[in-house]
Amino acid sequence: MFSLSSIQWAFYILAILTLFGGLGTIMSKNPIHSVLYLILTFFSLSAHYILMNAQFLAVVNIIVYAGAIMVLFLFVIMFLNMKEQEANELKKNSTIIAASIVGGTIGIILVAMFRQVQTQPTNPNFYDSQIGMIESLGKFLYKDYILPFELVSILFLVAMVGAVMLGSKAKGERDF
Amino acid sequence: MESLSIVNVIIVLTIFFVSLGIAAYETYFERVVAAYIQDRVGPDYAGPYGLLQPLADAFKMFFKEDFMPAKADKLLFVMGPGLALFTALLTSAVIPFGDSLIIGGKEYLVQGIEVNIGILWVFGIVALGVYGILIGGWASNNKYSLYGAIRAASSNISYELAMGMAIIAIIMTSESLSVRAIVEQQHGINWNVFYQPMGFLIFLTCAFAECNRTPFDLPESENELVAGYHTEYSSMKLGSYLFAEYLNMFVTSAVISCLYFGGFNYPGMDWVHATLVGLAGETAGHNIATFVGLGAFFTKIFFFIFLFMWVRWTVPRFRYDQLMNLGWKGLIPLAVVNMVITAAAQLSGSPLIGGYIGLAIFLIVFVLLWPLTKPKSRML
Amino acid sequence: MQLTDRSKKTDKRELNLIERTYLPGLATGLGITIKHFFSKKATIRYPEQKRYLGPVFRGHHILKRDDQGRERCTACGLCAVACPAEAISMVAGERQKGEEHMYREEKYAAQYEVNMLRCIFCGLCEEACPKEAIYLRHDKFVPVFTSRDQVIYGKDQLVEDMKDRYNRDAWTKEDMEQMWVKQRIANGV
Repeated sequence: MFSLSSIQWAFYILAILTLFGGLGTIMSKNPIHSVLYLILTFFSLSAHYILMNAQFLAVVNIIVYAGAIMVLFLFVIMFLNMKEQEANELKKNSTIIAASIVGGTIGIILVAMFRQVQTQPTNPNFYDSQIGMIESLGKFLYKDYILPFELVSILFLVAMVGAVMLGSKAKGERDF
Repeated sequence: MESLSIVNVIIVLTIFFVSLGIAAYETYFERVVAAYIQDRVGPDYAGPYGLLQPLADAFKMFFKEDFMPAKADKLLFVMGPGLALFTALLTSAVIPFGDSLIIGGKEYLVQGIEVNIGILWVFGIVALGVYGILIGGWASNNKYSLYGAIRAASSNISYELAMGMAIIAIIMTSESLSVRAIVEQQHGINWNVFYQPMGFLIFLTCAFAECNRTPFDLPESENELVAGYHTEYSSMKLGSYLFAEYLNMFVTSAVISCLYFGGFNYPGMDWVHATLVGLAGETAGHNIATFVGLGAFFTKIFFFIFLFMWVRWTVPRFRYDQLMNLGWKGLIPLAVVNMVITAAAQLSGSPLIGGYIGLAIFLIVFVLLWPLTKPKSRML
Repeated sequence: MQLTDRSKKTDKRELNLIERTYLPGLATGLGITIKHFFSKKATIRYPEQKRYLGPVFRGHHILKRDDQGRERCTACGLCAVACPAEAISMVAGERQKGEEHMYREEKYAAQYEVNMLRCIFCGLCEEACPKEAIYLRHDKFVPVFTSRDQVIYGKDQLVEDMKDRYNRDAWTKEDMEQMWVKQRIANGV
């Protein structure tokens, strides 16, 4: 047990941190705390990516999720004045029964899945440690997957135009 | 891990303490610069020329009453300044302060850690910098603090976009995300600022906004929001917030110098290197040349820190809608244009001439189209 | 109605393209501040370095003696009458034989008190005095006091010390004008 390598130690510590963050997200009563736990989770996930030598993914995860989206989340939640009552709605009997049924089913499916699936261990002889680096990622994206990449960017453009349309004022509407 | 040696540890610790020391003395120089600009002499009682002033300030901060509002969120209230300081310190890890030192036949880079995503790391940490302000402002349970926090968040998000696009133009010319590669590519006086003057202006403006410095210091605008996000803070918690601001200023100046002013490169560096190697031998000459480069880099950093202060005591604060208009309607379109110009110049074969021709074409088109736009829809 | 000839019309024209970039305005402003950065500082380092307040400054009260060291005050009470703040009070005394070297005339002020909390340093006592006895010094402030029993200044604090006589730089208006001229020449203006 105590003969783990440093990488393994890092992994277990990060895994515990990730789970702690995830549990904190769903268990804390204050939505702000939830968001902060979620940010912790994103950070430890990024650390996992770095452990897997996917630095680009790790940093993009931090920039996009922890940096931009979560700031906006926090931004909105700070404006909402959450009352204790709304949290109490979760304590109703029907909610608890429904939640336990759904949770139990997911648990059974997961157990069944893990018993069925056998993961293929990666062959260390043929493993390319540079696969997660930005150079190889760029080559893959712009050579092999150029069409999906461009399609995704068109999708983003459409989404941006839609957002501007939703956000723009109608004629004569007041500023605030 | 064989690459981690005692020299690396010393370099990392030196960078850490040097950035702390510079941030401490920035507080002193801020006051001196402010005083000089206002025809005063500034603090000069603590030690010779007032040089012990940061120490005196720190002592004062530590001995003040540490007040916590009754209804504050205790944990987050303490976490806020800590986070601000933490994120401010993280960025200096990837900044290449100097070339390399040869010690015992091995070459050590004068840099915390050399990664191939350095500039993204800087960008990501800058994006996180707002959390300290946001959390602290919310945890104070004070409406003014909350307003300050919200303003900080929205201005940071707005200016990050233009900043990111300015960085993309830099990445296009250097073809690497590593800060060291970006710096090494600007060898001698081949600096990026000559290729992208507009990109530099955009980046500089965004850097001011990201550091929450005047003219964009709306999160703490004292005539509207008491003191903004740090209204409820006192003692060393307030000190940490202010210290984080000065650390951010140092790191931002370093990043600007790296991206646009060639970092540790300076004109005639090859000649200096060759002369020193000829005078002092291969190893010692190289090391001395590295220190000369370090000096050049810090000169640039200090110039930009001075610029930050100079602008602070010159320009009045923007109004909030002006801030948003400048960010969204002014800088982001300009950054896109800059990106297009840079891309075209890169492809044209001669980036320098191509860049200036592109800029000229853009300006001519812009000036011609300007009278056709409606005054209401113009930027600003 | 025009109140001042220095008023300026606010320029409310719309900014043109170059002004809208803020760059020329910014450059002008930065130029002004950097000029001040290198300009001579106006600071006088106060506790160590004191500014000359002029010969007519009204500071600490002093009861003058004449050239032979005799007190000039005859306790006539005109200063107390002139005082708008009623800060001055005195008790008169008759000069005894053998005291001629101490008091100039037959009557003298046995007690003379100025209440510094009341005094407004208007200088009317100085103007009222027929014997040229009381003056307000131009070179000394009344020091800060921290309790009420330090407030009333008696003769021990007011009467002139013969070893350190008080002399004004200019006693008359003409003296003063000459002094300013001399100063201007010394400053090279």
